[in-house]
Amino acid sequence: MSRLTDANVALAREIIARYPKKKSALIPLVHLSQQQNGYVTEDAMRHVAELIDVTPAEVYGTASFYEMFRFEPTGKYLINICGTLSCALMGADQLMHHAEHTLGVKAGSTTPDGLITLQHAECQAACTEAPTLQVNYRHRFRVTAADFDQLVDDLRAGKLDGEIPPHGTLGRNRQHIPADRAVGAQHPDDVTTGPAWIEIAEAAQ
Amino acid sequence: MSDERPEDTVDESVDEQTDVVVEPEPEPDPNAVPITLNGREIVARKGESIIAAADRHGEYIPRFCYHPRMSAVGMCRQCMVEVDTGRGPMLQPSCMITVSPDMKVETESPTAKRAQEGMIELLLANHPLDCPVCDKGGECPLQDQAFSHGPGESRYVEQKRNYEKPIALSDHVLLDRERCILCDRCTRFADEVAGDKLIHFIARGNATQVNTFPDEPFSSYFSGNTVQICPVGALTAKPYRFKARPWDLEQVESTCTTCSVGCRISVHSSRDELLRFQGVDTGLDTESVNLGWLCDRGRFNFEALESDLRLGAPMVRGDAGLAATTWSSAMQLARQLIDEADSIGLLGGARSTNEGAFAWARLADALDIAHRDAQLGDGLPAEVLGLSRATIGDMSNAATVILVGPDLKEELPVLHLRLRDAVQKGRTKVIEFSSQSTGMTPYAWRSVRHAPGMGPHEIAKTLSDEHVAAQIASGDVVLVAGRSNLAVSEETALAAVRSVLDAVPRAKVLPALRRGNVVGALQLGLAPADAEHGALATLRAAADGHLDLLVLLGADPINDCPDADLARRALAGARRIISIDTFPSESTKLADLVLPAAAFGEQNGSTTNLEGRVSRLNQKVTVNGTARPDWMIAAELAAMLGHDLGVGSVDDVTAAIAASVPAYAQATAEQFESVDGALAVAPTADLPAAAPFEAQPSGYDYRLVVSRKLYDRAVTTAMSPSLAKLAIGAGAHIHPLDLDRVGEPDGAEVKLISSSGSVVLPLIADESVQRGTIWAPFNQPGADITEVVDSSSAVTDVRIERLS
Repeated sequence: MSRLTDANVALAREIIARYPKKKSALIPLVHLSQQQNGYVTEDAMRHVAELIDVTPAEVYGTASFYEMFRFEPTGKYLINICGTLSCALMGADQLMHHAEHTLGVKAGSTTPDGLITLQHAECQAACTEAPTLQVNYRHRFRVTAADFDQLVDDLRAGKLDGEIPPHGTLGRNRQHIPADRAVGAQHPDDVTTGPAWIEIAEAAQ
Repeated sequence: MSDERPEDTVDESVDEQTDVVVEPEPEPDPNAVPITLNGREIVARKGESIIAAADRHGEYIPRFCYHPRMSAVGMCRQCMVEVDTGRGPMLQPSCMITVSPDMKVETESPTAKRAQEGMIELLLANHPLDCPVCDKGGECPLQDQAFSHGPGESRYVEQKRNYEKPIALSDHVLLDRERCILCDRCTRFADEVAGDKLIHFIARGNATQVNTFPDEPFSSYFSGNTVQICPVGALTAKPYRFKARPWDLEQVESTCTTCSVGCRISVHSSRDELLRFQGVDTGLDTESVNLGWLCDRGRFNFEALESDLRLGAPMVRGDAGLAATTWSSAMQLARQLIDEADSIGLLGGARSTNEGAFAWARLADALDIAHRDAQLGDGLPAEVLGLSRATIGDMSNAATVILVGPDLKEELPVLHLRLRDAVQKGRTKVIEFSSQSTGMTPYAWRSVRHAPGMGPHEIAKTLSDEHVAAQIASGDVVLVAGRSNLAVSEETALAAVRSVLDAVPRAKVLPALRRGNVVGALQLGLAPADAEHGALATLRAAADGHLDLLVLLGADPINDCPDADLARRALAGARRIISIDTFPSESTKLADLVLPAAAFGEQNGSTTNLEGRVSRLNQKVTVNGTARPDWMIAAELAAMLGHDLGVGSVDDVTAAIAASVPAYAQATAEQFESVDGALAVAPTADLPAAAPFEAQPSGYDYRLVVSRKLYDRAVTTAMSPSLAKLAIGAGAHIHPLDLDRVGEPDGAEVKLISSSGSVVLPLIADESVQRGTIWAPFNQPGADITEVVDSSSAVTDVRIERLS
């Protein structure tokens, strides 16, 4: 069952209610579905489309634009090894080769036990710490082959459970926003005045 | 357009109050924006983009994504020009920049040319040069502009991108992704114009492609338009793919007669075979009917006209059934049948041209045929054509549009597009009354559901609501009036129309009658004098044995009359039947004499659309077999019977119409060949009285709604292989909760029983159906729902009997 669960539908309605237009909740809801299933399934995209009154094609089109959404079964841990210039100079290729060898899968695929997905990534904005990788978007710096082996062992042994949640997990504090903390937004149809800078420009004339 | 009006009125009132005696200089046009284009002083319009202004002044800027009927997006970057607004010349995409006073634009400066050539080179980097095998080659904007605005050679020598060839976006539209330049025209069309956002850009960067959601095809009624506006060969239509090369095509402009919207089309043929219809946009400054768009049914039903099943020779009933004969013996027999008949009924004419309908009406006058009707008890009384008529332009500029009629998306698709466009642009609010949700429901300001027959009550109640009354008072009101439900009587349908006019007498009316030239046929003399001589009365007279001869002028009552039992009894009861038609039908099978008629594209003439616009029909191919135009058959019969109509050519008939029908006085050949055509409207009589239906308890459980889907068994649809397969099939659609009450699974066959008949149909769960009603599509392949409809009762109530 890869549609949203009842609990997540309730959360989805809370998220939708935060926006003046339902459609604005598209990306948060796709995130929610990825948290639930580990990746974005077709059924989940259909379900999101129903919830916000758009077509599944719109959900797919929008979601597929973003790197952080994955549309194929993904391991509990997604390891992205950077291959851009600084990391490449510092041995990213050898690191990737070692990773493929250690895990027994090619970049872009998942280990048979469904624990780890390995993939190549572009710059992770930590060039001084090359070569870098990310585990579920959490940085590891100056990674050596030994570091990588240790990381995989720790992940397999569950030693990092407290530090690295499963792929797709969203920050807990982002999901529920108490009414008094919400900024609120006006529906575009209700906006009667132009932005301030237009008023300033008109006043200057 | 609508912006200009308030300003005009303000100006006038100021003039009156201030008593200005003489104005030496005319007021400067507030919408005029002087700009310099390639060194030439021109006057652009306020709010116009540079590319639009350049188009109007004969300067062509190359473009791919820009389309005058859709919003500008600046996707392709091809229309780069140099723009100087006082800060020095800068390269800008001309579709995204609005004109401003004293702007200087250079479209052909060295810098602009370099930018345009660079864009072509980039677009061609991944575009395959397979023009010799591409359907678009020869009429391709990319090919043409690569020659006119391209650098001539490419620096790109690497491997081009490859994709699996082609993928099907829908039943009609195929996509070759490697040819696509991502201009966003098709996706923008699906979103902005059709409202079916089923295609979208998928993925990002180099991997971006147009595609559908997996397993959810682009099954829009308007999908064919994307093929027409694709600026490269990426989208192709299955019915035309690999059939011809553009330079082998001959084309002529004409008017689509598939429904009564009357879209302008261009008819393309090669070697005397119809191959393609394309929409024609008569231009931004004209009263364009269809803005260049077509529905798929109108676009692809040329297949039917080339069908092997077409009637090509007269046929006469002998001992072994219908057998081919010669025209001379067929016409002798027709004359004899007419001579022998004391009482004649004439049904049909809506399939015909204005000229065909008029000639037959004259013949009917000469023979004193009172029983005549161009509809088949499936429309509204012809008197609705005498009401103050709205044009499509009136409708799309009205503040309020009240819909009391069919689902426009299903019956008059391009009218649906026009109304949806008016709503989306914020000009119009729609108040819809219907018995189930329709294609317009998502866009309606108020969508009111009523039980079949209860329309007048709901209409009176809704229109007296304070907010609704305020909306109606805020501006022009157009009533789109038609028949929303074929299982209620004509009188019940009329009562709903009357109740709107009672509440808003100033409303202009756009009659939503479906058949091609039904308005022309009714206006030119094929309307019954009163309900006692209309189609249903004619069929009843025939069924009771009171008609010696029934003439079917392109009419197939057995399939098209909402009362199947009556139609069958009528065709059995009429002593003799002459059928003049393009295809064999259930009704021609029962005829004593069948005369083959010329079809669309095979004859010249004119047609009248629902707004009364008369426009040109042009012949493109020779007739099928020995088929003849309807007017010619009528004229020859008239001469044989001693009532010479005095016409020897189709132009004579056109002239006779202009001379003798007051509404058509302006509809001369010169006028209706013009861009806007001619309007033939004659406000006359009031509507006949119609008593609203009073609800009474019945012993039945469900009230029936029968209405048309776009794809049904209508002959040009059923005979077009691409369209026939899209019919949804007969079924009884029921709300899921009612289905639970019946206790049958979705899709189970049940027996529907009414007071007049029964039919076995599958039950289909459908949330768009109101509880307590059953909706059944009309004239679908499968069992005929009209078996349970009795045209003489105000509404049709049915109960469900389980078969298991």
